[in-house]
Amino acid sequence: MDAALIPLLPLLVVGGTALLVIVLDLLPPRDRKGHLGVVALAGVVMALLVSLGLWGREGRAFRGMVVLDNFALFLDVVICYAAALVLLLSTDYLRRNDGERGEYYILVLLSTLGMVLMAAAADLIVIFLALELMSLSLYVLAGFFRGRLAAAEASMKYFLLGAFATGFFIYGIALIYGATGSTALDRIAAATRAGTRDPLLLVGLGLLLVGFGFKISSVPFHMWVPDVYEGAPTSVTAFIATGSKAAGFAALLRVLLSTFKVSQPDWTVLLWVVAVLTMTVGNVVAIAQSNLKRMLAYSSVAHVGYMLIGVVAGGALGAGSVLFYLLVYTFTTAGAFGVILLLERGRREAVDLDDYAGLAGRHPVLALTLALFLLSLIGMPPTAGFAGKFYLFGAAVRSGYIWLAVIAVLNSAVAAYYYLRVVVYMYMRDTEGLPTGPAPSFAGRLALAIALWGIFQLGLLPAPVLDLAQAAVAPLLR
Amino acid sequence: MEHVTLLMVFGLALLVAGAMMWLPTLLAPRRTSAAKVEPFECGKDPLALPEGRFAIKFSTVAIFFIIFDIEVMLIFPWAVQVRALGWTGYLAMLVFLGVLMLGFLYMWKKGGLEWD
Repeated sequence: MDAALIPLLPLLVVGGTALLVIVLDLLPPRDRKGHLGVVALAGVVMALLVSLGLWGREGRAFRGMVVLDNFALFLDVVICYAAALVLLLSTDYLRRNDGERGEYYILVLLSTLGMVLMAAAADLIVIFLALELMSLSLYVLAGFFRGRLAAAEASMKYFLLGAFATGFFIYGIALIYGATGSTALDRIAAATRAGTRDPLLLVGLGLLLVGFGFKISSVPFHMWVPDVYEGAPTSVTAFIATGSKAAGFAALLRVLLSTFKVSQPDWTVLLWVVAVLTMTVGNVVAIAQSNLKRMLAYSSVAHVGYMLIGVVAGGALGAGSVLFYLLVYTFTTAGAFGVILLLERGRREAVDLDDYAGLAGRHPVLALTLALFLLSLIGMPPTAGFAGKFYLFGAAVRSGYIWLAVIAVLNSAVAAYYYLRVVVYMYMRDTEGLPTGPAPSFAGRLALAIALWGIFQLGLLPAPVLDLAQAAVAPLLR
Repeated sequence: MEHVTLLMVFGLALLVAGAMMWLPTLLAPRRTSAAKVEPFECGKDPLALPEGRFAIKFSTVAIFFIIFDIEVMLIFPWAVQVRALGWTGYLAMLVFLGVLMLGFLYMWKKGGLEWD
Protein backbone atom coordinates (compact mmCIF):
# COMPACT_ATOMS: atom_id res chain seq x y z
CA MET A 1 0.00 0.00 0.00
CA ASP A 2 1.11 3.52 -0.79
CA ALA A 3 2.59 5.05 2.36
CA ALA A 4 0.98 8.38 1.53
CA LEU A 5 -2.45 6.85 2.05
CA ILE A 6 -1.80 5.60 5.59
CA PRO A 7 -2.85 8.87 7.28
CA LEU A 8 -6.16 8.56 5.44
CA LEU A 9 -6.81 4.96 6.46
CA PRO A 10 -9.65 5.55 8.96
CA LEU A 11 -11.32 7.89 6.47
CA LEU A 12 -10.93 5.41 3.63
CA VAL A 13 -12.49 2.60 5.65
CA VAL A 14 -15.56 4.65 6.59
CA GLY A 15 -15.91 6.20 3.14
CA GLY A 16 -15.39 2.85 1.40
CA THR A 17 -18.07 1.25 3.55
CA ALA A 18 -20.44 4.08 2.64
CA LEU A 19 -19.88 3.41 -1.07
CA LEU A 20 -20.30 -0.33 -0.52
CA VAL A 21 -23.62 0.24 1.25
CA ILE A 22 -24.77 2.47 -1.63
CA VAL A 23 -24.13 -0.41 -4.05
CA LEU A 24 -25.76 -2.98 -1.77
CA ASP A 25 -28.80 -0.77 -1.36
CA LEU A 26 -29.45 -1.10 -5.10
CA LEU A 27 -29.48 -4.89 -4.96
CA PRO A 28 -32.43 -6.95 -3.74
CA PRO A 29 -34.10 -7.53 -1.31
CA ARG A 30 -35.97 -4.29 -1.68
CA ASP A 31 -38.12 -4.30 1.43
CA ARG A 32 -35.68 -5.48 4.09
CA LYS A 33 -32.56 -3.45 4.72
CA GLY A 34 -31.30 -4.92 7.98
CA HIS A 35 -28.25 -6.46 6.29
CA LEU A 36 -27.07 -2.96 5.33
CA GLY A 37 -26.95 -2.15 9.02
CA VAL A 38 -24.70 -5.15 9.59
CA VAL A 39 -22.34 -4.07 6.78
CA ALA A 40 -22.28 -0.48 8.07
CA LEU A 41 -21.57 -1.73 11.58
CA ALA A 42 -18.75 -3.94 10.31
CA GLY A 43 -17.21 -0.95 8.53
CA VAL A 44 -17.40 1.26 11.59
CA VAL A 45 -15.91 -1.46 13.81
CA MET A 46 -13.15 -1.94 11.24
CA ALA A 47 -12.43 1.81 11.33
CA LEU A 48 -12.31 1.58 15.12
CA LEU A 49 -9.77 -1.25 15.00
CA VAL A 50 -7.72 0.52 12.32
CA SER A 51 -7.61 3.66 14.47
CA LEU A 52 -6.45 1.64 17.47
CA GLY A 53 -3.84 -0.09 15.30
CA LEU A 54 -2.48 3.20 14.00
CA TRP A 55 -2.04 4.60 17.53
CA GLY A 56 1.28 6.43 17.86
CA ARG A 57 1.83 7.02 14.17
CA GLU A 58 2.04 10.47 12.67
CA GLY A 59 1.58 11.60 9.12
CA ARG A 60 0.12 14.15 6.78
CA ALA A 61 -1.74 13.92 3.51
CA PHE A 62 -3.02 16.28 0.85
CA ARG A 63 -0.16 18.75 1.41
CA GLY A 64 -0.73 18.88 5.12
CA MET A 65 -4.46 19.55 4.94
CA VAL A 66 -5.30 16.25 6.64
CA VAL A 67 -3.22 15.11 9.56
CA LEU A 68 -2.87 11.82 11.40
CA ASP A 69 -1.86 12.10 15.03
CA ASN A 70 -2.93 10.61 18.34
CA PHE A 71 -5.46 13.38 18.81
CA ALA A 72 -7.27 12.47 15.60
CA LEU A 73 -7.03 8.77 16.42
CA PHE A 74 -8.47 9.16 19.93
CA LEU A 75 -11.46 11.05 18.53
CA ASP A 76 -11.83 8.51 15.73
CA VAL A 77 -12.29 5.91 18.45
CA VAL A 78 -14.90 8.04 20.25
CA ILE A 79 -16.78 8.75 17.01
CA CYS A 80 -16.66 5.12 15.87
CA TYR A 81 -17.98 3.97 19.25
CA ALA A 82 -20.83 6.45 18.92
CA ALA A 83 -21.61 5.35 15.36
CA ALA A 84 -21.43 1.66 16.26
CA LEU A 85 -23.79 2.05 19.23
CA VAL A 86 -26.21 4.07 17.10
CA LEU A 87 -26.16 1.47 14.31
CA LEU A 88 -26.80 -1.33 16.80
CA LEU A 89 -29.76 0.57 18.21
CA SER A 90 -31.14 1.56 14.82
CA THR A 91 -32.12 -1.53 12.84
CA ASP A 92 -34.97 -2.85 14.97
CA TYR A 93 -36.06 0.66 15.89
CA LEU A 94 -36.41 1.64 12.22
CA ARG A 95 -38.35 -1.54 11.44
CA ARG A 96 -40.77 -0.85 14.31
CA ASN A 97 -41.40 2.66 13.01
CA ASP A 98 -41.74 1.76 9.32
CA GLY A 99 -38.58 3.69 8.54
CA GLU A 100 -36.45 0.86 7.24
CA ARG A 101 -34.65 2.35 4.27
CA GLY A 102 -31.14 1.95 2.91
CA GLU A 103 -30.57 5.71 2.91
CA TYR A 104 -30.46 5.71 6.70
CA TYR A 105 -27.27 3.65 6.85
CA ILE A 106 -25.66 5.55 3.97
CA LEU A 107 -26.33 8.86 5.68
CA VAL A 108 -25.08 7.63 9.05
CA LEU A 109 -21.84 6.46 7.40
CA LEU A 110 -21.38 9.69 5.43
CA SER A 111 -21.99 11.71 8.56
CA THR A 112 -19.44 9.54 10.39
CA LEU A 113 -17.01 10.21 7.56
CA GLY A 114 -17.50 13.95 8.08
CA MET A 115 -16.87 13.58 11.81
CA VAL A 116 -13.71 11.51 11.31
CA LEU A 117 -12.46 14.02 8.75
CA MET A 118 -13.16 16.84 11.18
CA ALA A 119 -10.94 15.21 13.80
CA ALA A 120 -8.13 14.93 11.25
CA ALA A 121 -8.50 18.33 9.56
CA ALA A 122 -5.50 20.66 9.70
CA ASP A 123 -6.87 23.37 7.46
CA LEU A 124 -9.86 25.64 8.02
CA ILE A 125 -11.27 24.77 4.59
CA VAL A 126 -11.12 21.04 5.38
CA ILE A 127 -12.79 21.68 8.74
CA PHE A 128 -15.53 23.51 6.86
CA LEU A 129 -15.88 20.69 4.35
CA ALA A 130 -16.08 18.09 7.11
CA LEU A 131 -18.56 20.19 9.04
CA GLU A 132 -20.83 20.38 6.02
CA LEU A 133 -20.53 16.68 5.19
CA MET A 134 -21.47 15.82 8.75
CA SER A 135 -24.25 18.39 9.08
CA LEU A 136 -25.98 17.87 5.73
CA SER A 137 -26.34 14.15 6.46
CA LEU A 138 -27.65 14.91 9.94
CA TYR A 139 -30.21 17.42 8.65
CA VAL A 140 -31.74 14.68 6.51
CA LEU A 141 -31.49 12.06 9.27
CA ALA A 142 -33.27 14.39 11.72
CA GLY A 143 -36.31 14.35 9.46
CA PHE A 144 -36.06 10.69 8.56
CA PHE A 145 -39.55 9.80 9.82
CA ARG A 146 -40.94 12.11 7.21
CA GLY A 147 -44.60 11.44 7.91
CA ARG A 148 -44.30 13.02 11.35
CA LEU A 149 -44.79 16.72 11.82
CA ALA A 150 -42.26 16.92 14.66
CA ALA A 151 -39.60 15.30 12.47
CA ALA A 152 -40.16 17.81 9.68
CA GLU A 153 -39.94 20.64 12.17
CA ALA A 154 -36.74 19.24 13.66
CA SER A 155 -35.11 18.82 10.27
CA MET A 156 -36.11 22.28 9.05
CA LYS A 157 -35.03 24.04 12.23
CA TYR A 158 -31.73 22.20 12.32
CA PHE A 159 -31.09 23.02 8.67
CA LEU A 160 -31.96 26.72 8.86
CA LEU A 161 -30.04 27.41 12.06
CA GLY A 162 -27.16 25.20 10.94
CA ALA A 163 -26.88 27.02 7.64
CA PHE A 164 -26.91 30.32 9.51
CA ALA A 165 -24.12 29.16 11.82
CA THR A 166 -22.14 27.93 8.81
CA GLY A 167 -22.36 31.46 7.42
CA PHE A 168 -20.72 32.81 10.57
CA PHE A 169 -18.09 30.10 10.39
CA ILE A 170 -17.07 30.75 6.80
CA TYR A 171 -17.03 34.50 7.37
CA GLY A 172 -14.65 33.85 10.25
CA ILE A 173 -12.41 31.80 7.96
CA ALA A 174 -12.41 34.67 5.44
CA LEU A 175 -11.37 37.21 8.06
CA ILE A 176 -8.63 34.95 9.43
CA TYR A 177 -7.38 34.44 5.91
CA GLY A 178 -7.39 38.20 5.48
CA ALA A 179 -5.35 38.68 8.63
CA THR A 180 -2.79 35.90 8.16
CA GLY A 181 -2.83 35.05 4.45
CA SER A 182 -3.47 31.34 4.95
CA THR A 183 -6.12 28.82 5.91
CA ALA A 184 -3.62 26.15 7.01
CA LEU A 185 -3.66 25.84 10.79
CA ASP A 186 0.11 25.67 11.26
CA ARG A 187 0.70 28.70 9.03
CA ILE A 188 -1.92 30.68 10.91
CA ALA A 189 -0.17 29.66 14.12
CA ALA A 190 3.17 30.86 12.74
CA ALA A 191 1.65 34.15 11.61
CA THR A 192 0.03 34.81 14.98
CA ARG A 193 3.17 33.91 16.87
CA ALA A 194 5.10 36.56 14.99
CA GLY A 195 2.32 39.09 14.74
CA THR A 196 0.41 41.26 17.17
CA ARG A 197 -3.15 41.20 18.43
CA ASP A 198 -4.72 41.99 15.11
CA PRO A 199 -8.38 42.94 15.66
CA LEU A 200 -9.31 41.36 12.32
CA LEU A 201 -7.91 38.05 13.54
CA LEU A 202 -9.76 38.24 16.83
CA VAL A 203 -13.05 39.03 15.09
CA GLY A 204 -12.42 36.04 12.81
CA LEU A 205 -11.76 33.81 15.81
CA GLY A 206 -14.94 35.07 17.43
CA LEU A 207 -16.96 34.18 14.35
CA LEU A 208 -15.37 30.71 14.27
CA LEU A 209 -16.40 30.27 17.90
CA VAL A 210 -20.00 31.12 16.97
CA GLY A 211 -19.93 28.33 14.37
CA PHE A 212 -18.40 25.86 16.79
CA GLY A 213 -20.76 26.99 19.56
CA PHE A 214 -23.68 26.03 17.39
CA LYS A 215 -22.28 22.59 16.59
CA ILE A 216 -21.45 21.71 20.19
CA SER A 217 -24.65 23.52 21.30
CA SER A 218 -23.26 25.90 23.89
CA VAL A 219 -25.39 28.75 25.22
CA PRO A 220 -26.42 31.13 23.56
CA PHE A 221 -26.42 28.91 20.45
CA HIS A 222 -28.44 26.08 21.98
CA MET A 223 -31.94 27.12 20.91
CA TRP A 224 -32.25 24.40 18.29
CA VAL A 225 -31.31 21.58 20.67
CA PRO A 226 -34.58 20.68 22.42
CA ASP A 227 -36.77 20.75 19.30
CA VAL A 228 -34.30 18.82 17.15
CA TYR A 229 -33.59 16.24 19.84
CA GLU A 230 -37.30 15.74 20.44
CA GLY A 231 -38.40 15.54 16.82
CA ALA A 232 -35.58 13.46 15.38
CA PRO A 233 -35.71 9.64 15.52
CA THR A 234 -34.26 8.67 18.90
CA SER A 235 -31.32 6.82 17.34
CA VAL A 236 -30.44 9.96 15.35
CA THR A 237 -30.83 12.05 18.50
CA ALA A 238 -28.25 9.83 20.17
CA PHE A 239 -25.94 10.31 17.20
CA ILE A 240 -26.33 14.10 17.14
CA ALA A 241 -25.75 14.22 20.89
CA THR A 242 -22.60 12.08 20.85
CA GLY A 243 -20.86 11.95 17.47
CA SER A 244 -21.42 15.48 16.21
CA LYS A 245 -20.44 16.91 19.57
CA ALA A 246 -17.22 14.88 19.65
CA ALA A 247 -16.38 16.14 16.16
CA GLY A 248 -17.19 19.73 17.10
CA PHE A 249 -14.95 19.55 20.15
CA ALA A 250 -12.21 17.95 18.07
CA ALA A 251 -12.00 20.89 15.70
CA LEU A 252 -12.54 23.41 18.50
CA LEU A 253 -9.67 22.00 20.57
CA ARG A 254 -7.33 21.78 17.60
CA VAL A 255 -8.05 25.36 16.50
CA LEU A 256 -7.91 26.89 19.95
CA LEU A 257 -5.04 24.99 21.55
CA SER A 258 -2.61 24.61 18.69
CA THR A 259 -3.44 27.47 16.32
CA PHE A 260 -4.58 30.27 18.57
CA LYS A 261 -2.31 29.49 21.50
CA VAL A 262 -1.10 33.09 21.46
CA SER A 263 -4.59 34.47 21.95
CA GLN A 264 -5.28 32.12 24.88
CA PRO A 265 -5.84 34.98 27.38
CA ASP A 266 -8.47 36.41 25.02
CA TRP A 267 -10.54 33.31 24.37
CA THR A 268 -10.19 31.93 27.90
CA VAL A 269 -12.17 34.87 29.31
CA LEU A 270 -14.85 34.38 26.68
CA LEU A 271 -15.13 30.62 27.18
CA TRP A 272 -15.22 31.03 30.98
CA VAL A 273 -18.44 33.01 30.65
CA VAL A 274 -19.85 30.67 27.99
CA ALA A 275 -19.08 27.60 30.14
CA VAL A 276 -20.87 29.04 33.18
CA LEU A 277 -23.88 30.14 31.11
CA THR A 278 -24.06 26.82 29.26
CA MET A 279 -24.12 24.58 32.31
CA THR A 280 -26.42 26.84 34.31
CA VAL A 281 -29.01 27.38 31.58
CA GLY A 282 -28.91 23.71 30.59
CA ASN A 283 -29.45 22.43 34.11
CA VAL A 284 -32.03 24.97 35.21
CA VAL A 285 -34.22 24.56 32.12
CA ALA A 286 -33.92 20.76 32.24
CA ILE A 287 -35.71 20.79 35.61
CA ALA A 288 -38.91 22.00 33.94
CA GLN A 289 -39.03 19.26 31.29
CA SER A 290 -41.46 16.38 31.50
CA ASN A 291 -40.45 14.86 28.14
CA LEU A 292 -37.41 12.67 28.64
CA LYS A 293 -35.88 13.44 25.25
CA ARG A 294 -36.16 17.18 25.92
CA MET A 295 -34.74 16.70 29.39
CA LEU A 296 -31.73 14.83 28.03
CA ALA A 297 -31.36 17.54 25.36
CA TYR A 298 -30.98 20.24 28.01
CA SER A 299 -28.78 17.94 30.06
CA SER A 300 -26.53 17.51 27.01
CA VAL A 301 -26.27 21.31 26.83
CA ALA A 302 -25.20 21.31 30.47
CA HIS A 303 -22.57 18.65 29.80
CA VAL A 304 -21.09 20.81 27.05
CA GLY A 305 -20.67 23.45 29.74
CA TYR A 306 -18.69 20.97 31.88
CA MET A 307 -16.48 20.06 28.92
CA LEU A 308 -15.80 23.73 28.17
CA ILE A 309 -14.29 23.94 31.67
CA GLY A 310 -11.55 21.61 30.47
CA VAL A 311 -10.95 23.83 27.43
CA VAL A 312 -10.66 26.88 29.69
CA ALA A 313 -8.29 25.06 32.06
CA GLY A 314 -6.12 24.10 29.08
CA GLY A 315 -2.86 22.18 29.23
CA ALA A 316 -2.46 18.43 28.95
CA LEU A 317 -4.70 17.77 31.95
CA GLY A 318 -7.51 20.12 30.90
CA ALA A 319 -7.65 19.15 27.24
CA GLY A 320 -7.02 15.49 28.09
CA SER A 321 -9.95 15.42 30.48
CA VAL A 322 -12.17 16.91 27.76
CA LEU A 323 -11.31 13.95 25.52
CA PHE A 324 -11.84 11.54 28.39
CA TYR A 325 -15.19 13.14 29.17
CA LEU A 326 -16.23 12.92 25.52
CA LEU A 327 -15.73 9.16 25.64
CA VAL A 328 -17.59 8.89 28.96
CA TYR A 329 -20.37 11.09 27.65
CA THR A 330 -20.69 9.05 24.45
CA PHE A 331 -21.25 5.79 26.35
CA THR A 332 -23.58 7.36 28.90
CA THR A 333 -25.75 9.40 26.54
CA ALA A 334 -25.98 6.73 23.84
CA GLY A 335 -27.00 4.31 26.60
CA ALA A 336 -29.65 6.60 28.07
CA PHE A 337 -31.18 7.34 24.68
CA GLY A 338 -30.90 3.61 23.91
CA VAL A 339 -33.17 2.69 26.82
CA ILE A 340 -35.72 5.32 25.78
CA LEU A 341 -35.58 4.00 22.23
CA LEU A 342 -36.28 0.43 23.34
CA LEU A 343 -39.27 1.31 25.50
CA GLU A 344 -42.70 1.75 24.08
CA ARG A 345 -46.13 2.21 25.54
CA GLY A 346 -48.89 0.87 23.37
CA ARG A 347 -47.80 1.76 19.84
CA ARG A 348 -45.85 4.91 20.63
CA GLU A 349 -42.44 5.63 22.07
CA ALA A 350 -42.27 6.07 25.82
CA VAL A 351 -40.86 9.58 26.11
CA ASP A 352 -42.98 11.14 28.88
CA LEU A 353 -41.99 10.99 32.50
CA ASP A 354 -45.34 9.35 33.33
CA ASP A 355 -44.51 6.44 31.03
CA TYR A 356 -41.71 5.50 33.40
CA ALA A 357 -43.85 5.21 36.52
CA GLY A 358 -43.46 1.78 38.05
CA LEU A 359 -41.10 0.49 35.39
CA ALA A 360 -38.80 -1.13 37.96
CA GLY A 361 -41.57 -3.45 39.12
CA ARG A 362 -42.13 -5.05 35.74
CA HIS A 363 -38.76 -4.67 34.00
CA PRO A 364 -36.17 -4.50 36.78
CA VAL A 365 -33.11 -5.03 34.56
CA LEU A 366 -34.01 -2.32 32.08
CA ALA A 367 -34.97 0.11 34.85
CA LEU A 368 -31.67 -0.57 36.60
CA THR A 369 -29.80 0.02 33.34
CA LEU A 370 -31.47 3.39 32.82
CA ALA A 371 -30.86 4.27 36.47
CA LEU A 372 -27.15 3.49 36.07
CA PHE A 373 -26.87 5.69 32.98
CA LEU A 374 -28.64 8.51 34.82
CA LEU A 375 -26.32 8.07 37.82
CA SER A 376 -23.37 8.32 35.46
CA LEU A 377 -24.83 11.55 34.05
CA ILE A 378 -25.08 12.89 37.61
CA GLY A 379 -21.50 11.83 38.26
CA MET A 380 -21.90 9.20 40.97
CA PRO A 381 -19.01 6.84 41.70
CA PRO A 382 -18.25 4.15 40.59
CA THR A 383 -19.67 5.09 37.18
CA ALA A 384 -17.64 6.83 34.50
CA GLY A 385 -19.45 10.13 35.00
CA PHE A 386 -17.73 10.54 38.35
CA ALA A 387 -14.24 9.98 36.96
CA GLY A 388 -14.91 12.33 34.04
CA LYS A 389 -16.18 15.15 36.22
CA PHE A 390 -13.43 14.57 38.77
CA TYR A 391 -10.73 15.10 36.14
CA LEU A 392 -12.47 18.11 34.56
CA PHE A 393 -13.08 19.94 37.81
CA GLY A 394 -9.65 18.88 39.10
CA ALA A 395 -8.04 20.41 36.00
CA ALA A 396 -9.96 23.65 36.63
CA VAL A 397 -8.78 23.80 40.26
CA ARG A 398 -5.20 23.05 39.32
CA SER A 399 -5.19 25.82 36.72
CA GLY A 400 -6.52 28.28 39.28
CA TYR A 401 -10.13 28.48 38.13
CA ILE A 402 -11.53 27.75 41.59
CA TRP A 403 -14.79 29.63 41.02
CA LEU A 404 -15.44 27.79 37.80
CA ALA A 405 -15.10 24.47 39.65
CA VAL A 406 -17.37 25.70 42.46
CA ILE A 407 -20.09 26.74 39.99
CA ALA A 408 -19.75 23.40 38.17
CA VAL A 409 -20.16 21.40 41.40
CA LEU A 410 -23.22 23.45 42.37
CA ASN A 411 -24.62 22.79 38.91
CA SER A 412 -24.07 19.06 39.28
CA ALA A 413 -26.09 19.17 42.48
CA VAL A 414 -28.96 20.89 40.65
CA ALA A 415 -28.71 18.31 37.87
CA ALA A 416 -29.08 15.44 40.35
CA TYR A 417 -32.66 16.57 40.98
CA TYR A 418 -34.04 16.01 37.52
CA TYR A 419 -32.05 12.82 36.84
CA LEU A 420 -33.13 11.30 40.14
CA ARG A 421 -36.73 12.28 39.47
CA VAL A 422 -36.79 9.70 36.68
CA VAL A 423 -35.35 7.10 39.08
CA VAL A 424 -38.03 8.02 41.65
CA TYR A 425 -40.73 7.59 39.01
CA MET A 426 -39.37 4.18 38.02
CA TYR A 427 -38.97 2.80 41.53
CA MET A 428 -41.50 4.56 43.73
CA ARG A 429 -44.61 5.14 41.64
CA ASP A 430 -47.29 2.84 40.39
CA THR A 431 -48.23 2.40 36.77
CA GLU A 432 -51.44 3.98 35.55
CA GLY A 433 -53.09 2.84 32.35
CA LEU A 434 -51.19 0.94 29.68
CA PRO A 435 -47.94 -0.60 30.87
CA THR A 436 -44.64 0.44 29.29
CA GLY A 437 -42.54 -2.39 27.95
CA PRO A 438 -39.39 -2.98 25.95
CA ALA A 439 -39.50 -3.91 22.28
CA PRO A 440 -37.69 -7.11 21.38
CA SER A 441 -34.28 -6.22 19.98
CA PHE A 442 -31.15 -8.27 20.50
CA ALA A 443 -28.90 -5.68 18.85
CA GLY A 444 -30.39 -2.93 21.01
CA ARG A 445 -29.66 -4.90 24.18
CA LEU A 446 -26.14 -5.57 22.95
CA ALA A 447 -25.63 -1.82 22.50
CA LEU A 448 -26.84 -1.20 26.04
CA ALA A 449 -24.51 -3.90 27.35
CA ILE A 450 -21.54 -2.29 25.57
CA ALA A 451 -22.48 1.12 26.93
CA LEU A 452 -22.78 -0.32 30.45
CA TRP A 453 -19.40 -1.98 30.10
CA GLY A 454 -18.05 1.39 28.98
CA ILE A 455 -19.30 3.34 31.96
CA PHE A 456 -17.96 0.77 34.43
CA GLN A 457 -14.67 0.25 32.64
CA LEU A 458 -14.06 4.00 32.56
CA GLY A 459 -15.45 4.47 36.06
CA LEU A 460 -13.44 1.79 37.81
CA LEU A 461 -10.21 1.99 35.81
CA PRO A 462 -10.08 5.54 34.43
CA ALA A 463 -6.33 6.15 34.70
CA PRO A 464 -5.11 4.20 31.62
CA VAL A 465 -7.64 5.90 29.35
CA LEU A 466 -6.87 9.31 30.83
CA ASP A 467 -3.18 8.67 30.11
CA LEU A 468 -4.09 7.89 26.50
CA ALA A 469 -6.20 11.07 26.32
CA GLN A 470 -3.32 13.14 27.66
CA ALA A 471 -0.96 11.53 25.17
CA ALA A 472 -3.51 12.37 22.48
CA VAL A 473 -3.51 16.10 23.20
CA ALA A 474 0.31 16.24 23.38
CA PRO A 475 0.67 16.95 19.60
CA LEU A 476 -1.55 20.02 20.00
CA LEU A 477 0.42 21.48 22.89
CA ARG A 478 3.85 21.22 21.34
CA MET B 1 -6.20 51.14 13.46
CA GLU B 2 -5.64 50.06 9.86
CA HIS B 3 -9.10 48.48 9.76
CA VAL B 4 -10.95 51.67 10.61
CA THR B 5 -11.38 52.28 6.90
CA LEU B 6 -13.00 48.86 6.57
CA LEU B 7 -15.36 49.73 9.39
CA MET B 8 -16.17 53.02 7.71
CA VAL B 9 -17.05 51.22 4.48
CA PHE B 10 -19.35 48.94 6.49
CA GLY B 11 -21.01 51.90 8.14
CA LEU B 12 -21.39 53.84 4.93
CA ALA B 13 -22.83 50.82 3.11
CA LEU B 14 -25.34 50.30 5.89
CA LEU B 15 -26.27 53.99 5.86
CA VAL B 16 -26.73 54.24 2.11
CA ALA B 17 -28.65 50.98 1.81
CA GLY B 18 -30.82 51.85 4.80
CA ALA B 19 -31.54 55.32 3.48
CA MET B 20 -32.47 53.97 0.08
CA MET B 21 -35.04 51.70 1.65
CA TRP B 22 -36.36 54.19 4.14
CA LEU B 23 -36.51 57.44 2.13
CA PRO B 24 -39.07 56.29 -0.46
CA THR B 25 -41.58 55.57 2.29
CA LEU B 26 -41.33 59.25 3.22
CA LEU B 27 -40.89 60.95 -0.13
CA ALA B 28 -42.37 58.81 -2.85
CA PRO B 29 -45.88 59.68 -3.95
CA ARG B 30 -48.34 56.79 -3.87
CA ARG B 31 -50.84 56.87 -6.67
CA THR B 32 -51.90 53.30 -7.27
CA SER B 33 -54.18 52.10 -10.00
CA ALA B 34 -55.32 48.63 -10.99
CA ALA B 35 -52.63 48.37 -13.68
CA LYS B 36 -49.87 49.45 -11.34
CA VAL B 37 -50.33 46.75 -8.72
CA GLU B 38 -50.11 43.99 -11.32
CA PRO B 39 -46.97 41.80 -10.94
CA PHE B 40 -45.94 42.58 -14.52
CA GLU B 41 -46.60 46.19 -15.31
CA CYS B 42 -45.61 45.65 -18.93
CA GLY B 43 -49.08 44.51 -19.79
CA LYS B 44 -48.85 40.74 -19.72
CA ASP B 45 -51.45 39.13 -17.52
CA PRO B 46 -49.89 36.73 -14.98
CA LEU B 47 -50.71 33.07 -15.61
CA ALA B 48 -50.43 32.00 -11.99
CA LEU B 49 -49.54 33.49 -8.64
CA PRO B 50 -45.84 33.40 -7.78
CA GLU B 51 -46.53 31.37 -4.63
CA GLY B 52 -48.23 28.68 -6.66
CA ARG B 53 -46.89 25.13 -6.67
CA PHE B 54 -44.46 23.61 -9.09
CA ALA B 55 -43.26 20.03 -9.32
CA ILE B 56 -40.35 19.10 -7.04
CA LYS B 57 -38.98 17.09 -9.99
CA PHE B 58 -37.54 20.24 -11.48
CA SER B 59 -35.31 20.74 -8.46
CA THR B 60 -34.14 17.13 -8.45
CA VAL B 61 -33.19 17.37 -12.12
CA ALA B 62 -31.26 20.53 -11.30
CA ILE B 63 -29.40 18.66 -8.56
CA PHE B 64 -28.58 15.75 -10.89
CA PHE B 65 -27.17 18.24 -13.35
CA ILE B 66 -24.64 19.31 -10.71
CA ILE B 67 -23.08 15.83 -10.80
CA PHE B 68 -21.97 16.38 -14.39
CA ASP B 69 -21.24 20.03 -13.79
CA ILE B 70 -18.68 19.21 -11.10
CA GLU B 71 -17.30 16.35 -13.17
CA VAL B 72 -16.53 18.61 -16.13
CA MET B 73 -15.21 21.36 -13.91
CA LEU B 74 -12.59 19.03 -12.44
CA ILE B 75 -11.77 17.13 -15.62
CA PHE B 76 -10.72 20.28 -17.51
CA PRO B 77 -7.79 21.29 -15.29
CA TRP B 78 -6.73 17.64 -15.07
CA ALA B 79 -6.83 17.26 -18.87
CA VAL B 80 -4.63 20.33 -19.31
CA GLN B 81 -1.96 18.85 -17.03
CA VAL B 82 -2.52 15.18 -17.82
CA ARG B 83 1.08 14.43 -18.84
CA ALA B 84 2.61 16.23 -15.88
CA LEU B 85 0.32 14.44 -13.44
CA GLY B 86 1.13 11.00 -14.88
CA TRP B 87 -0.32 7.72 -13.68
CA THR B 88 -1.01 8.93 -10.15
CA GLY B 89 -3.21 11.68 -11.53
CA TYR B 90 -4.89 9.23 -13.87
CA LEU B 91 -5.71 6.83 -11.05
CA ALA B 92 -6.92 9.66 -8.83
CA MET B 93 -9.21 10.81 -11.63
CA LEU B 94 -10.51 7.27 -12.11
CA VAL B 95 -11.33 7.00 -8.41
CA PHE B 96 -13.08 10.36 -8.53
CA LEU B 97 -15.09 9.41 -11.62
CA GLY B 98 -15.87 6.03 -10.06
CA VAL B 99 -17.36 7.62 -6.95
CA LEU B 100 -19.31 10.07 -9.09
CA MET B 101 -20.62 7.35 -11.40
CA LEU B 102 -21.66 5.32 -8.37
CA GLY B 103 -23.78 8.25 -7.26
CA PHE B 104 -25.21 8.53 -10.75
CA LEU B 105 -26.00 4.82 -10.85
CA TYR B 106 -27.69 5.06 -7.46
CA MET B 107 -29.83 7.96 -8.63
CA TRP B 108 -30.73 6.12 -11.85
CA LYS B 109 -31.62 2.83 -10.19
CA LYS B 110 -33.67 4.56 -7.50
CA GLY B 111 -35.85 5.99 -10.25
CA GLY B 112 -34.60 9.54 -10.07
CA LEU B 113 -34.69 9.93 -13.84
CA GLU B 114 -38.27 8.82 -14.30
CA TRP B 115 -40.55 11.75 -14.78
CA ASP B 116 -43.81 10.15 -13.64
